[in-house]
Amino acid sequence: MNENRPSTIYVSATRFTKLAFVRLGVLPFLLLIAVIIFALMSDNFLTGRNLLNVIRQSTYLTLVAVGQMFALLTGGFDLSVGTILAITSVVGATAMATAYTAMPDALILVIAIGILAGVSAGTFIGVINGIGVALFNVSPFMMSLGMASVGFGIALYMTGGTPVYGMPMEFGDKFGFGTIYGVPTPVLVALFFIALLFFMVNWTRLGRYFYAVGGNIKAARLSGINTKLTLFLAYVFCGFMAAIAGILLTARLDTGEANIGATMPLESIAACVIAGVSLRGGIGRLENVVLGALFIGLVQNGMNLARIESYLQIVVIGVLLILAVVADQFRLRLITSMQD
Amino acid sequence: MAELAAKSDQNSGLPSQEHGSRLLLDLEGISKHFSGTLALDNVDFSLKSGEVHVLFGENGAGKSTLISIVAGAQRPDQGRFNFRGNPVEIFSVHHARTLGISTVFQEFSLVPQLTIEENLFLGAEENSFGVLKKSALRNKAREVLDQLGFSLSPNQRVAYLSRAEQQMVEIAKAFRSELSVLILDEPTASLTDQETDQLFTLIEQFKTKGVGVIYITHRMNEIRRIGDRITVLRDGHKVATVDADVSEEELVRLMTGRVVDQIFPSIRFQPLDTMLETNNLATADGAVTNVSMHVKRGEIVGLAGLVGSGKSDVARACFGLSRVSAGDVYLDGKKTSESSPRAMLDQGFFYVPADRRDEGLMMMRNARESMVLAALSTAEYSRGFLLRRREETVQTEKIAERLNLQPRNTERIVEHFSGGNQQKILLAKCLTRDVRLFVFDEPTVGVDVGTRVAIYRFIGQLCEAGAAVLLISSDLPEILHLTHRVYVMCNGVVTAELSGDEICQEKILQYCFRREAVEII
Repeated sequence: MNENRPSTIYVSATRFTKLAFVRLGVLPFLLLIAVIIFALMSDNFLTGRNLLNVIRQSTYLTLVAVGQMFALLTGGFDLSVGTILAITSVVGATAMATAYTAMPDALILVIAIGILAGVSAGTFIGVINGIGVALFNVSPFMMSLGMASVGFGIALYMTGGTPVYGMPMEFGDKFGFGTIYGVPTPVLVALFFIALLFFMVNWTRLGRYFYAVGGNIKAARLSGINTKLTLFLAYVFCGFMAAIAGILLTARLDTGEANIGATMPLESIAACVIAGVSLRGGIGRLENVVLGALFIGLVQNGMNLARIESYLQIVVIGVLLILAVVADQFRLRLITSMQD
Repeated sequence: MAELAAKSDQNSGLPSQEHGSRLLLDLEGISKHFSGTLALDNVDFSLKSGEVHVLFGENGAGKSTLISIVAGAQRPDQGRFNFRGNPVEIFSVHHARTLGISTVFQEFSLVPQLTIEENLFLGAEENSFGVLKKSALRNKAREVLDQLGFSLSPNQRVAYLSRAEQQMVEIAKAFRSELSVLILDEPTASLTDQETDQLFTLIEQFKTKGVGVIYITHRMNEIRRIGDRITVLRDGHKVATVDADVSEEELVRLMTGRVVDQIFPSIRFQPLDTMLETNNLATADGAVTNVSMHVKRGEIVGLAGLVGSGKSDVARACFGLSRVSAGDVYLDGKKTSESSPRAMLDQGFFYVPADRRDEGLMMMRNARESMVLAALSTAEYSRGFLLRRREETVQTEKIAERLNLQPRNTERIVEHFSGGNQQKILLAKCLTRDVRLFVFDEPTVGVDVGTRVAIYRFIGQLCEAGAAVLLISSDLPEILHLTHRVYVMCNGVVTAELSGDEICQEKILQYCFRREAVEII
């Protein structure tokens, strides 16, 4: 009897881990491992200031990842999110700088024009993606890859590859570095949109339709759902969120840049997949995606503190993505075998 | 299982030229379970050299399971398998092929992008050190095609061939090595009469060469023309093995005779006003031509026919799933102008598809979400754009109760439910909104008897409550015992409308094959 006890404890422990893995995915495990490792490697890691730093730095990725989730939910993905950031930045900065020279006194109007122009331009890429995928049945891979090239080319063409200067200082001060009640403005903006989308995804018909289209597009069609519109909107949302990230990043950099966002497609998809969003569509929770993006920010921050070379950091992100997909496959097999 | 001693090695490469009535295959007491249901129960089967042995039975009788065991695609749970007098255990389709047992399945196993010769030797390419011997392969391919008398060129791409030609390639594939047993699963389903003649001449040739042919068909005239013996299967049991000169009536009796009283409820029909009417309906894809029919409230109308007769296509066209090229659809007396699933649902027309995995359910999400999916736009489940999630939970739990969903947990992932309970979740979808016309497409496919009974009772209740029901089914007893009127379809047209006492097995079967019979005479 006595000899049996450790093994029953062991069995129930593995069963608990399995259950937790099936329920929560890999993310909690990865988070735990990362926190332990980085806390051991650097004393500064687990300080309040550093963690706030992580949150602030992860804001842009979080916004993009949350948008990416919509494309993934419907069974596709968007490889043009990086380009959307670039287009938003370049168009927004150019519009703002032009408006500023024309009417240097109407500050609020100038900033509003810039933001509106940038976000519209970025979202427009999403609209084109949506039209291609939903109406013309172009595979999301080809559509967004093509648009990534188109958008990047336009951004470079507009700027000649040089940063766009001439935006009012106040824009950067407010939206890049500003705080409200001690919370950085970009974080507040991100929180606002995350809350909005959280509500939309869980409590509105449209939100449910994204899951339905990804879960079984034929069943969705037979159930009277406008699947084309739903697909279209997924890419519009994705584009819009990337555009918001783009304009916030522009404020942070104080310039319009065509070269920002190059790592966004990979990192945003990685954040989603690590958070348990299925690449086959239909499965994924927004709150987990936020955590997934924070996790990637955390890893990058931890590696910086541990003085790991930035080129090696890119390697780590790639490895994490692949590991997450492997874990996702394994988890799906567990789900089908465990039955409950 | 221990009885299936593996002695296959000494049998391989044996295909001899002996003729006469030697036994090629001798199966004794073969049984096979699939997730709790007995697909084959103690079935005996034998095949002589040079004969055509027909397997006959309804859908789900066990024909496919039996041939997939002979072909090596599945292994029996129990029973003895003798090949040329020696017990063997067949591990795989490939292994069966090396023994000379080849199958032409209904679903072709051809790669459309490759040429005929590439397909013929796929997986068995001659090569030296990994480099293909292309000219040798081409010569061999031509040899096989010539031997069979097929006028096909080996370098044609399969994608550009007609279905009959693809069938020829599939048959030729069986001949790439020595052949002793050829299994043909409804080979004429997609062939023209001329192509069928060609196939039958070929089969005659095989017979003289001592090849044994296992032949699955639903068609009486084919049995007459090429069959030597017939084995009738029903519900996984072997009913009888008879010679091919048996009467048609006797065959039908053997195929279907079963006790049905306890399975089917008695339903009171009170036909009222017409709910659905089609007028000379035709679809753009040609699956349906010139169909006129109607369904009244308070009756269950059956739609019978073989696979490919167009019976599902009629309902799908009405529901807005395929393009209508001619004719009108009237719903509740009004001509439908905009035909889309959404518009039809809003007018109280619900189509329950045949394939729950493919078209019905979100397998990886919970049961509740699938159940309410079609009703989210109704006031019961949403207010404006907002979902009423509490209502969702309350209502789906009630429906789960009514349909006796097991386990009664609507938050469980659909994939985790058994097939029968998944079917119940599919049916639950039409209970979440106001429906006046139900169309059930094969509502009991892959479902155990207990669930079957529950589903039949459910359909009966809907009808007695005043709904119009159209029941599309390949399951004859279902049509016979549940319906008030029956339309029989064949090749995209309605060949008969039967009601009352006219609804009987013989009549329906007769009209299922009607077109074809007419053409042959």
